Amino acid sequence: MLEQVYNSLQFIKPELILVGTLLVSIIVDLIFKNKKVVVAFVILGLVLSFYYLTFLNSINQLIFFNMYAIDPFAYFFKIFLLVATIGIVLFSVLSKEISDLKSREGEFYYFLVALTIGMFLMTSSTNLIMMYLAIELTSLTSYMLAGFMKEEKSSSEASLKYVLYGAFSSGMMLYGISIIYGLTGSFDLLAINMAIADGVSSLALLISTVLMFVGFGYKISAVPFHFWTPDVYEGSPISVTTILSVASKAAGFSMLMRTAKIMFIDPYAAPTVNDWQIIDSVPIVEILTILSVLTMTLGNLVAIWQSNLKRLLAYSSIAHAGYLLLGVLTMNNEGYSATLIYFVTYLFMNVGAFLIVMLVSNKLNSSDIDSYKGLGMKSPFIGVMFALFLISLTGLPPTAGFVGKLYIFAALVNKKLILLAVIGVLNSVVSLYYYVRIFRNMFLRESDIETPEIKLSLAEKLLILVFAIPTIGLGLYFAPLVEFAHASVEIFSGN
Amino acid sequence: MIPLNYYLLFAAFLFSVGVVGVLIRRNAIIVFMCIELMLNSVNLTFIAFSAFMGNAIGQMFVFFVMTVAAAEAAVGLAIIIALFRNKKTINIDQINLLKW
Repeated sequence: MLEQVYNSLQFIKPELILVGTLLVSIIVDLIFKNKKVVVAFVILGLVLSFYYLTFLNSINQLIFFNMYAIDPFAYFFKIFLLVATIGIVLFSVLSKEISDLKSREGEFYYFLVALTIGMFLMTSSTNLIMMYLAIELTSLTSYMLAGFMKEEKSSSEASLKYVLYGAFSSGMMLYGISIIYGLTGSFDLLAINMAIADGVSSLALLISTVLMFVGFGYKISAVPFHFWTPDVYEGSPISVTTILSVASKAAGFSMLMRTAKIMFIDPYAAPTVNDWQIIDSVPIVEILTILSVLTMTLGNLVAIWQSNLKRLLAYSSIAHAGYLLLGVLTMNNEGYSATLIYFVTYLFMNVGAFLIVMLVSNKLNSSDIDSYKGLGMKSPFIGVMFALFLISLTGLPPTAGFVGKLYIFAALVNKKLILLAVIGVLNSVVSLYYYVRIFRNMFLRESDIETPEIKLSLAEKLLILVFAIPTIGLGLYFAPLVEFAHASVEIFSGN
Repeated sequence: MIPLNYYLLFAAFLFSVGVVGVLIRRNAIIVFMCIELMLNSVNLTFIAFSAFMGNAIGQMFVFFVMTVAAAEAAVGLAIIIALFRNKKTINIDQINLLKW
């Protein structure tokens, strides 16, 4: 027993390094007055963790008594999460909201590390106990981060709403887990899968699955569990909004995809590369289809009426969760890898868009769409870059967003789900409307009040380019990304 | 011995009371207590199943749920205090800066 624990430790080096970084940076934060030391330390820890992670690229096995999977799928998401977190740490350094925190600034960065640990655990867990604890670790940290500017009314209001919705949906999910435990007598996903395949009461299974999906749906902000999203995204500091909309959503998706594949695939059917045999007793595809269509339609339609850019991007991120769910519901390797591709493109364009919103609100203290009037003419660099990210979010060529959408829709068409593909395309057209509205304000409208020109420092320009270059680059040359995604859909699902 | 169904029905009843409480109560602290009620009904379900199946792992989960619930209550109450300092109220209807 001790030997297995000992053997497992070598596979979780990246996680161990993150835990070490968290603990040491608490001490560093106490010693040094200058909080940039903590930032340097956190970045060092994240990079070191990345380095050790790269050794795990082709390992596919279960560790810690089948509680934790080290497989290419988890590897992909961990790389993704580390890139996102490093990006957001750099992003926060430039944020006025965060540097105004003064003595509490250091805390912010090690909470980001804690959040990353939680998300790492989410991507790899194969046991309902581990999954619950990982979700809670991520959620508790996000509650604190959302309310980080505790003197601001909107920030503390956002975190209260977040904690209430979060605790409520995790309660729902736990009830689902308890019914599944009663039906199958186990918390291990593989054992649950075998028990389901051998036949259990299908009504109870349906109820428990739906209840569990409340928990997942809340993490990925799918409609109808999205109510917290706009409020929390608007109220929290923009850095937190960004990490919630990208990294935390990715972690939720990885967990949903792993659960859907391991729990509901018939273990007795002959293993096929592409189309997976789904156990008949649960309408998993139908549940995902309803979630997906509701999510993207409502997200896009409500986004049209928004006047605050943070809130608009919140609804747009809900809509993107809908597109991502389209990839998941195909339930085959092609759809899963399309989802992974979409996530990478979404990372660059969404963080880029939030970065611009953050830089503008640093200077103008507002993220209202009206305050963007005439911005494109006065500060052409910001205008052009923002336009690029918005075009990519709409999914027009030659940007990364187009490639992401293309693979999702191709997977749907190959699965003969033409109707869903059409709904997806129509939704993209709707989204064009509200993205163009920002565009029009920036370039075609004159500002009523005199707004100052926004001057960016070199570091700020460089960071924008760090996100802008992949947004264009992945739209033109995406073969390596596609290969990586194809290689990464292998989920450990028993022998 | 009391049959399993009695435990399950009782737990489902407690859970429903918790859910209804979350939906209709307006005081943030009472909403939190209702969420605790939901979690405790889940614990009861776990223990009932665990005892009837002779499988100890369900009881182990209960310890985790209790620990996490305590952590969640700590964070939640801290957030309520932060909000109360800003707004002097914990009535959810009056916490409405952010909407639509």
